[in-house]
Amino acid sequence: MYSFKEDVMGVTMRRFDAIRRIIDLVTDEIIVCNIGAPSRELFNIKDRDENFYMLGSMGLVSSIAFGIAISKPKRNVWGIDGDGALLMNLGSLSTIANNQPNNLTLIVIDNGTYGSTGNQKTYTSKKTNLETIAEGAGFESITVIDNEDDIIPKLNELGLGCHFVKIIVLPGNAQVENIPLNPEDIKNRFLKSISN
Amino acid sequence: MSIDLKLYDAIKDSGINLILSLPCIMLKGLLQLIEEKNEIQHISITREEEGVGIAAGAYLGGKTPAILMQNSGLGNSVNAIKSLLQLFKIPVIFIMSHRGAEGEKILAQIPMGLLTPDLLDLLKMEKFIIDSKDNIKYLQTAVELSISSKMPTCILLKKTLWGLL
Repeated sequence: MYSFKEDVMGVTMRRFDAIRRIIDLVTDEIIVCNIGAPSRELFNIKDRDENFYMLGSMGLVSSIAFGIAISKPKRNVWGIDGDGALLMNLGSLSTIANNQPNNLTLIVIDNGTYGSTGNQKTYTSKKTNLETIAEGAGFESITVIDNEDDIIPKLNELGLGCHFVKIIVLPGNAQVENIPLNPEDIKNRFLKSISN
Repeated sequence: MSIDLKLYDAIKDSGINLILSLPCIMLKGLLQLIEEKNEIQHISITREEEGVGIAAGAYLGGKTPAILMQNSGLGNSVNAIKSLLQLFKIPVIFIMSHRGAEGEKILAQIPMGLLTPDLLDLLKMEKFIIDSKDNIKYLQTAVELSISSKMPTCILLKKTLWGLL
């Protein structure tokens, strides 16, 4: 088991770097992305119709991604979550692990802070290990990544299944533009792109 | 036909094809029917707000989802109703047992029970009250309104529906 506290010393990537690597791999996956800086960074790295950018309801990435996964069993769904957001909705891990859709990868980018609100520390910067919680919730596939170069090979290994992935990064947001889309635009183009 | 079976049939006939549930003693019979008949996809959830997220995702994926819950959980769902469902215009049907209202014997149920109708109004959520066998038909209306308006709607199931008063 890894812990943020022990390993953060060797980590050099930030959330933006991690999302960039994840996006290097993307083909037709459906992505649901956490509110705030993560969604802005994703938008600026690669905007696509199959990205659902959350604008509110912090904590619900994993739930929305799970809802899509069970309704679209032939499509792969990636949820890009954060440590602070997931800590708000830990019960979701039990629901997902017990229902185990085989097309869902929950990627938690753990920077140990509430990045969008001024980098206040979360408990994952202290004693809490999210992968241990995921294991206790019943996830059978757990991957922890702390090196940018490992992101693509490790995600590539996963294949079909219900996966929990934690990527350890340093705190910090990229200076990027806001998302110039209104909620209905995000929804309508997303719906259209995944409806077939 | 029992009330629970009539409710079950109304849910099935309305086109709802995913039920996300938390338990309530008033919903015991209905939940049992959903499990036994195994015709409508049913997933237990851990908290109402989580159900709002799952339902939103399921709608985006093409389903007609409903959350079956007790009204005490409405408070847990407020931010998600406003900043997910209403913000993005995502229709989700809330089917709620109404504890803490007429005939309530548990003191702790009363504060949320009294607040529930006003809170729904404040949230600008359409509400349909089902308090007798005859108006189970409003469930269909609620589902149709939710889908056509792309907004969440709420059905309140009263104790009198089961003759519990």
